[in-house]
Parts: sequence; structure tokens; C-alpha cells
Amino acid sequence: MIEFHNVHKTYRVAGKEIPALHPTNLRVENGQVFGLIGHSGAGKSTLLRLINRLEQPSGGQINVDGEEVTALDANGLRRFRQQVGMIFQHFNLLASKTVADNVALPLTLAGELSRKAIDQRVAELLARVGLSDHAKKYPAQLSGGQKQRVGIARALATKPKILLCDEATSALDPQTTASVLQLLAEINRELKLTIVLITHEMDVIRRVCDQVAVMDAGVIVEQGSVADVFLHPKHPTTKRFVQEADQVDESEQRDDFAHVPGRIVRLTFQGEATYAPLLGNIARETGVDYSILAGRIDRIKDIPYGQLTLAITGGDMEAAFARFTAADVHMEVLR
Amino acid sequence: MEVLMSFFANIDWSEIWLATGDTMTMLFGSLFFTVLLGLPLGVLLFLCSPRQLFEQKGLYALLSLSVNILRSLPFIILLIVMIPFTVLITGTSLGVAGAIPPLVVGATPFFARLVETALREVDRGIIEATQSMGASTRQIITHALLPEARPGIFAAITVTAITLVSYTAMAGVVGAGGLGDLAIRFGYQRFQTDVMVVTVVLLLILVQILQTVGDKLVVHFSRK
Repeated sequence: MIEFHNVHKTYRVAGKEIPALHPTNLRVENGQVFGLIGHSGAGKSTLLRLINRLEQPSGGQINVDGEEVTALDANGLRRFRQQVGMIFQHFNLLASKTVADNVALPLTLAGELSRKAIDQRVAELLARVGLSDHAKKYPAQLSGGQKQRVGIARALATKPKILLCDEATSALDPQTTASVLQLLAEINRELKLTIVLITHEMDVIRRVCDQVAVMDAGVIVEQGSVADVFLHPKHPTTKRFVQEADQVDESEQRDDFAHVPGRIVRLTFQGEATYAPLLGNIARETGVDYSILAGRIDRIKDIPYGQLTLAITGGDMEAAFARFTAADVHMEVLR
Repeated sequence: MEVLMSFFANIDWSEIWLATGDTMTMLFGSLFFTVLLGLPLGVLLFLCSPRQLFEQKGLYALLSLSVNILRSLPFIILLIVMIPFTVLITGTSLGVAGAIPPLVVGATPFFARLVETALREVDRGIIEATQSMGASTRQIITHALLPEARPGIFAAITVTAITLVSYTAMAGVVGAGGLGDLAIRFGYQRFQTDVMVVTVVLLLILVQILQTVGDKLVVHFSRK
């Protein structure tokens, strides 16, 4: 478990104090994939680097599994960092070392394993990320996706309990992003590894995260399960991220629907409700007519969800609304 | 052929080979000590510089100033200023042994600056990644910084070696021997143009070989 108690960070630039992270409390449970989303400069990168103290906090306390990270001395910090893997946007692989030597580096630095044991572990790790054939190559000979896989193998070398991902997919194309995220999800499931990732893409959060915190100007403005935050955003920043992900402009949509007769509602289905033949049933029973104005059926990590905007006319509208609510469907009346 | 041989009539080839040997000894002897002293100095300069691992404003300013002073001193002046110090270390200010200390003192600050620049070229992300693995500062230097900067360091050694070739020629002025000494004593003072031509050609070949070998090493270690 990662806990932040009133942790804050201020940079001193040209004699002026610039807050990067306002006092923050945070809790990440073991085995979770925790996403931090924010625009650049929101403080997410600072928050991530405070966990393994690549950034020194200006105040507050950070605990990881009961150990006070903020109180560790240089030696203690080095030992702690060996239990926290990290991957980066630009991979940060050593160009002068082969793929195998890059993956071996954390083990060589720790100096606890024999050369033979290290070679064996490296072979395991490369097989795990599907790069066994590339062991002798240099990073410059690999594609971006392959480089990040090397980064992941390297981060897992010391069998860490936490993996920190710093915009790990931001430099990759959409297809490669999907495969790297899939690999992260597998690792999380199979190794019971806690993952903290930062991103500016809601799509990354939707695909792999369990919990999400939205950051803006050094403050966590909204936090919760991904389904809750994604489907029912409250803070303006969160709403903006969701709209960017859905490629929907709400005000534009309102203009488009202006001439549509009847009431307009937005229904949000989650889990099994997504697949139930609810709309047809309710329309038949209450005599309402509906037309679908906009909609999306997708999944958030493993949970299927649907979000439909309907225009409803005629019949017993109140009864239909009551039935929606009873069926565990979240309903918002837009007009 | 006759004409060509008569042009080189003044040349004592054994003298030339002896001088070439002296130049090589001075060059590689001073290069060895320059790298030995300059590499740690360059690493120290880099580590102490602003926003680096061991940021030390005072120490950096002091080191930087010393390096700049030594670098702004014309080598010919340094040669003369160094004489008492050279005698103290090697027992003589003459010959190959007398030339090596001023050559090292002249080239080390230059080489250290080049090393500092080469280290600065290493992506900060590499240092951060190595830190995140729990590396100590010593490990960051030996396992990440130096291997990553290796092409730059080889380029620095090449440039320094070539600079040392011209310094060895200048060292001839204070009686160091070598090709430069030959060129000055025979080629210049006795108007033996043929000696001048041969020494210049030999120096040119030497520089060419150094540059070629250096470039090959840089490419070999670049891995790009």
C-alpha cells in the first residue's frame, strides 16, 4: 500500500517558490492499477517521482507497506528503490548496452546474484515480454514498442512490488500502445504487482486502470473507480478529459438536438445491464417511442458499459423513467 | 630518381627515425597521463556543475577557473614556466622526460573540458533510470555515464592526441627532441628545406593515422 500524508512539493526557481504539488493525501492499495491523469504541468510527474524519491518532498510523509520512505537514509533508499520498478516515456535504455545487458543492469547494480543466475533471470524476463530473439541487439535496432518492452523487462528484473509508469505509452502509436497496455495488465494480474501510471490520455486509464485520480494545477481534483469517474465526471477538468476521449463536444451536441421533439435523456449501463434487452422491453410496456441520438458501447478495463442519448416521445414517460431507474441504469435528463 | 635523391641529400635518416621515436614516446607518454588525470577531473567537473548529481557551486567555480587559466596560457609560455616544476619531478627539463610534464599539464585541462562536454551529452533520463534502480553515485558513473559517453570520450582522446602532436613539436624549442626539434634546428635554423619537408610529412601522416583510428573507435562504440 502506498500512502501519502500531506505530501507537498515546492520548487525554488530564481528565488521564487513555485508549488508543484499542494498538500496531498493519497492511498493506493496493493495489486491495484492506479492511474493519474492530468495535463502537462498538473503535477502528476512530480507526484509519481515522489513515490521513489527521485523528487524530494518539501514536506509530509510517504509510506509504502508501512515503511516510511520519507525517513530513509541513502542506503535504505537504494534498497527501497530496488523494490520499485520504473518505466519511462522515452524508455531511457542505455544505447551502449545490448538488450540483455540493459535488462541485467538492475541485477548487476544490486550485486546479489551470480552472473549465471542473472543470465537465467534475464532470459526469463525477455521471454516474458516476447523479446528472446533480440537479446544480443542494441536498443537503436529496436522499434519503439520493443524498446518499451525492454524497459518493462528491466523494471521487473529485481522482482519489484511496485511499478511506476511515466507516460509509458505517450511516444508510441495507437496499436503499439494497446499491446504495451495489454502487457502491463497481464503483469498486474499474474505478478500481483501494484502499478501507478501517469498519462494525459483518458483511453489509457480506461483500458488498464482500476482507480483514477485527476490532477489539475498540483491538486487531485477528483478520484475514484475508473467506471465512476469516467461515466459520471464531476470536475470540469475530468469532464474535459472524458469529452476528449469520446470526441464529443457537448454544446455542439445540444445545438444538434435542438429540433428533436420529446424529452432527451442519457442512460448509462454498466456490467450485465449493458447486454439486457432493456430498451425494447420498456418501450413496449410503457408505450413510449425512442430514437437513439448518440451512443457508445465499450468496456472499462473488464467491465462492459454503454452510454446512450435518447429522445423519448409519447406513452407513459414517467413510468418509463421509473423503470430505467429500477433496472439499475443511471439516468440523466438532459432536456 | 637522381633528382629526388639529391633533393634529400642533407637528410640523416637515422636521425629522423630517432626523432620520430621520441615524438611517439612523448605523444603516448603524455596522452597516457593526460587521460589518467583528465578523465577523473572531467567527471568531477561534470558532477559538480549546476543541476548535476553533486552540484557544488564553490568547487565547480574553483575547478572551472583553474582549468580556464591553464587553458588560456599559451603552451610555449607554459613550457618555460614549468621548467622548475619539471626538474622537480623528472630531474631534468631536457629530452623526452623533460617534455612530458608540461605536455600533460597543458593537455589535461583541455581534455577534462572535452570529457565534461561528452558527459553532458548523456541523456538525463539515463541517469534518472539508473537512480530509480537504486544505483549509488559511483555505480551511476561506472555503469551508466562512462559507458554512454564512451563515443564522446574517444572523440575527446583523438582531438587531445592531435593537439599533443603539435605541442610536442613546440616542446622542441626547450630541447625536448623529436620531429619538431629537428624541424626547428635543421629545417629552420640551417635552412635545410628537405628536413623540414620530411618532418612535416611525417607529422601529417601521424595526425592522419590518429584521426582515422579515433574515428573508427567512435563509430564502433556508437551503437547507433
